[in-house]
Amino acid sequence: MKISLTLNGEVVTADVEPRQSLVDFLRASGLTGTHSGCEHGVCGACSVRVGGHVVRGCLMLAVQTDGQTVETIEGLTQSAAIADLQAAFHRRNALQCGFCTAGMLLTAHELLALDPLPSRDDIRDYLSGNYCRCTGYQAIIDAIADVAAERSGR
Amino acid sequence: MKPAPFEYVRATSVDDAMARYIEAEDARYLAGGQSLLAALNFRLDAPELLIDISQIGALRGIGRQGNAVIIGAMTRHAEVAADPLVTAHLPLLAQAVAHVAHPAIRHRGTIGGSIALADPASEMPACALALSAVLHVNGPDGLRTISADDFFRGIYETALMPGEILTQIEFPLPATEARHGFAELARRKGDYAMTGLALMTGPSPRIVWFALSDRPVRARTAEAALAAGETRANIAALATDGINVLGDLNASDAVKRHYARILLSRVLQEAGLP
Repeated sequence: MKISLTLNGEVVTADVEPRQSLVDFLRASGLTGTHSGCEHGVCGACSVRVGGHVVRGCLMLAVQTDGQTVETIEGLTQSAAIADLQAAFHRRNALQCGFCTAGMLLTAHELLALDPLPSRDDIRDYLSGNYCRCTGYQAIIDAIADVAAERSGR
Repeated sequence: MKPAPFEYVRATSVDDAMARYIEAEDARYLAGGQSLLAALNFRLDAPELLIDISQIGALRGIGRQGNAVIIGAMTRHAEVAADPLVTAHLPLLAQAVAHVAHPAIRHRGTIGGSIALADPASEMPACALALSAVLHVNGPDGLRTISADDFFRGIYETALMPGEILTQIEFPLPATEARHGFAELARRKGDYAMTGLALMTGPSPRIVWFALSDRPVRARTAEAALAAGETRANIAALATDGINVLGDLNASDAVKRHYARILLSRVLQEAGLP
């Protein structure tokens, strides 16, 4: 099926098989920052933004993005919208293998837009749908709490 | 883990969706897709056609109609959570929807999809029952309404007939003096509940369990005790009286009965019962 979408700010047209998931479409398009993990909506590694909201890239079909706006970690990186989060993840050792990191960053970015100064419990709740098998989460919470404090001038 | 091949069509109206359903040999309606697409990835199901009904404007939105709040079936969980009518008139729903999976799932999943799927561990079916919702259905044989009391028939089983579409959920406004309560036990926020409770007080109280049996179920003995003004301890002791409690991978039926007594006592206390 022919689809046309705005992908990281550029209009993209493609011919996709109806059964192709959004995450597989993105990766096949060369955007490999979004990862395919559990493929049934549990792990959060495939998180991308559609219409401004973070969604599971494995629980959405590429054909469903026809006419929509899709943003990936590559787009957010290029716009520098999450540069401070990325620096804090680096500084705080909030990643080891990096498989979950794109999803963590997108979800954290969304949380801070909704709630500029979340508690550590709020951060844990909002990240509850994103698995990390390396860090034990503490460093991820630290990094996000750091950025919340910095952005809020505290 | 990829789904078997299928065709996809975006329906433009409920009539268009139903016509395509009848035409096809083996079609499924696609709502938010947060359960269906996972099932297809696992190849638990392999239909030949997906009819996407999530973009049909008539199935979306929240409005007040007389003494009820009407929610379009394709309204997403995140939209329900943020709606001022829901916050003002259906605080039970507002509280419960925050427990539906994780933020990314709530951005896509729909209230109607959740009710029509009828997962016994889901929050929305239990709320529909606790709030005495009326389910509006459109199908090849025309329009009909089904009371939430008659809708849930078993695990993933509802009163919907093949080809029928749940279009709207009608929530009668609760009595002004009615209070609500909600609680669920899960290992992490957003995980499937091990035991869950939705409660409305008032002249005819409703105590509804989810993740306890094969469907959302009313605790009718406990409801009668609540209506009769019994103490919290006496009501909680009847938490699962007459209910077919089913154990699962997370908890045996005995553990679930134990959880139920604790949850009911806790929620009654939060709702202001002595």
